[in-house]
Amino acid sequence: MAYDGESLKVVGTRPIRPDGVEKVVGRANFGADMVMPGMLWGKVKRSPHAHARIKSIKTDKALKHPGVKAVVTAADFPEIASEEAFMGEGPMNFRDLSYNCMARGKVLYDGHAVAAVAATSQAIAEEALDLIEVDYEVLPHVIDVEDAMKPGAPVLHDDLFTQGVEPKPSAPSNIAKRITFTKGDAAAGFKDAEVIIERSYTSQPVHQAYIEPHACIVSAGNDGQCTVWSSSQGQFMVRAYCAKLLGLDMASIRAIPAEIGGGFGGKTLVYLEPVALALSKMTGRPVKIVMSREEVFRGTGPAAGGVYEVKLGAKKDGHIVAAELTVKLQAGAFPGSPVGPACMCGLAMYDIPNVSIVGYDVVSNRPKVAAYRAPGAPNSTFGTESCIDELARELNMDSLRLREINAARDGTKAAHGPTWANIGYEKTLQVARGSEHLATKLGPNQGRGIASGFWFNIGGESSAAVHINEDGTATVVEGNPDIGGSRASMAMMAAEVLGIPYEQVRPVVADTASIGFSFLTGGSRVTFATGMAVTQAAEKVVVDLKKRAAMIWDISPEAVDWKDGKAYPAGPNAGSFEPLSLQEIALKSGRTGGPISAEITVNAQGAGAGFATHICDVEIDKETGYVKILRYTAIQDCGRAIHPSYVEGQIQGGVTQGIGWALNEEYVYDKNGRLDNAGFLDYRIPVASDLPMIDAVIVEVPNPRHPFGVRGVGEVPIVPPMAAVANAVADAIGVRMRDLPLSPPKMRAAIDENEPPRKMAAE
Amino acid sequence: MPKVVLAGMSARRFTGGETEFEVEADTVRRMIAELDRRFPGLGHQIDEGMAVAIDGEIFQDAYQAELKPDSEIVLIPKIGGG
Repeated sequence: MAYDGESLKVVGTRPIRPDGVEKVVGRANFGADMVMPGMLWGKVKRSPHAHARIKSIKTDKALKHPGVKAVVTAADFPEIASEEAFMGEGPMNFRDLSYNCMARGKVLYDGHAVAAVAATSQAIAEEALDLIEVDYEVLPHVIDVEDAMKPGAPVLHDDLFTQGVEPKPSAPSNIAKRITFTKGDAAAGFKDAEVIIERSYTSQPVHQAYIEPHACIVSAGNDGQCTVWSSSQGQFMVRAYCAKLLGLDMASIRAIPAEIGGGFGGKTLVYLEPVALALSKMTGRPVKIVMSREEVFRGTGPAAGGVYEVKLGAKKDGHIVAAELTVKLQAGAFPGSPVGPACMCGLAMYDIPNVSIVGYDVVSNRPKVAAYRAPGAPNSTFGTESCIDELARELNMDSLRLREINAARDGTKAAHGPTWANIGYEKTLQVARGSEHLATKLGPNQGRGIASGFWFNIGGESSAAVHINEDGTATVVEGNPDIGGSRASMAMMAAEVLGIPYEQVRPVVADTASIGFSFLTGGSRVTFATGMAVTQAAEKVVVDLKKRAAMIWDISPEAVDWKDGKAYPAGPNAGSFEPLSLQEIALKSGRTGGPISAEITVNAQGAGAGFATHICDVEIDKETGYVKILRYTAIQDCGRAIHPSYVEGQIQGGVTQGIGWALNEEYVYDKNGRLDNAGFLDYRIPVASDLPMIDAVIVEVPNPRHPFGVRGVGEVPIVPPMAAVANAVADAIGVRMRDLPLSPPKMRAAIDENEPPRKMAAE
Repeated sequence: MPKVVLAGMSARRFTGGETEFEVEADTVRRMIAELDRRFPGLGHQIDEGMAVAIDGEIFQDAYQAELKPDSEIVLIPKIGGG
């Protein structure tokens, strides 16, 4: 059933999150907090080369080192045939996943795992790594995406032939895939255009920069039963990947989710768990592995970087009549960049009759990319939304007006095919138009940028259970790690349906043996899909509660109403009874049929599209090249905010990460392809003192597919910031910066290039 | 009959370049079966790698989703997220 916004008592309020106190006082158990009796410490030996053939690995010295109990290499893992499937957060080849966890034959990036040890202490494990002798034949490497596409570039995989081109290439290359989308006739559209603008933009791969490094502890029992505790975005994903990579039955693995200290898409893969499991099976003892920050940077997936070529054609009145977009996206060492979503999202905000989009998935000697909020969308949108701003300047038009003229709305056919329904993009533009932010005046060296963005949001498979306890309180059990406050949302939806206070509902994230399958936490799906399962489970419980009340009153269940946590006779004909509270019914549950609980599984469909429009003000220090974010407003259609504070938190977090991508974050490689800045001192993410309060403005265009109208929230906010910041910088200094990040050295160079040299005081 | 559109190029290798079809089907499962009968291999491609947009709403792995006689169905790459 659908719940009317006017009648909601819990949904839309801002209670304290159930996991908050434990986290604030440092008692929550994260991946690295777990210890077990007899535990060994695991460490991973990593490649110092960007690209090299492994001629041999000698482990005998390490194995003889006192305290060392086991060493594993790729030879200790089953060799898996190339098998593509859509698992986790995108296309997945299990052979590649296995090779990424432990290199086989070649190393493909600086930091690629080549062996691992288990020892009685961390220090001994570290010492043993130095005793493992790896003989490499160093090969030429390639880091840059366009260099990797050139004929003659060092080829990473001898069996990689470009998909999506005819005829099939006769030689392997680093281009894994070419995809296209077309709408109308772009060539004809450009002939009809009065103004054409064509530009190229680049952005760098950036890390998700979750504060908690990857960590796990794994115990393989003598009976073949294995238990995995780890910090991930999906305990069922951990179970499935461990089973696949080690040739085990899923039933033999129980995956227990730890609290997660940030994921943002980066913990939708496994790196350590299969390695620790192999070591634990070999030793018969629990094995714990915790990555260092350097390992996180060198060995785990960043978001893709890339090149975005954009061509827009418009009439002088601002109507865009044609667009072309070419996306060249970094996949890292194995195919699988988010080039599909990048192609589909870049122009999704607009109603353009003629569009041609081409995308390339390109491998190079970097860590395999992992998902990061709205994977691919921030990349292409940096290009398209920067180009929209450039077109507006060419047309001498307010860029918000240009967006209003061309905005996608219900009935618009998107460039990637579907016809939009129930979308709120125009509403975000209307709120931006009327905002106080837009009306404020700017000072010297200050500029304002606007950008919009889109993300699909997804649904998928989720399970949830609602148990009524004997005292009338409720337990909600879900199968999704809580990475953004979802436990609070689940409890709130259950409380709303049951009609009891939020504080009387306790949400629990369960392990793989304690709740039905739930797809991982990602794609902005949990409040939508798992929330749907929770709502339906609570509704099923209410049906049961009415039956129990009917049994107590000895009337028909149809003659019972449920309101505010109590059963009432439906009308005078039902009889005259005092209302029965949930607590009273729960107390008698043994007499009326036994425990009251319900578990629901769903495959939720129709996740509503998410759109946002951002306004960013910057001030440039021309002496240092520092870009200060003065003010930032993010307006987003969220369907309905179950817990507005946590929706705002998602928006603020996404914007902050996008600002980091825009201004500072990048990987610095030396000439040998080794990463030079594998730490937060040299890889600069924004901190609180860098930013003003991010103003999050929630627009609610309810999603008719969800009982409370929910749309996904967590990904859209990272889509517009790169272009919003770059557009603001262009407004401030009159120079268009098309190559991210807009770090102080680049800013200084751009300022110097465009300003006449200043006279020295002595002249 | 519902109209099916292949939005991207990747699945066109199964159809000889054809991008629009009318399909006699009232569920996604029947649509996939019918397309696979006409273009062997396309069914597996849809199952493993594609999402189905039905009248603008995106469905993934949803055999039971209903199609109306005038439905517009667009096959796009499957969507994940972060």
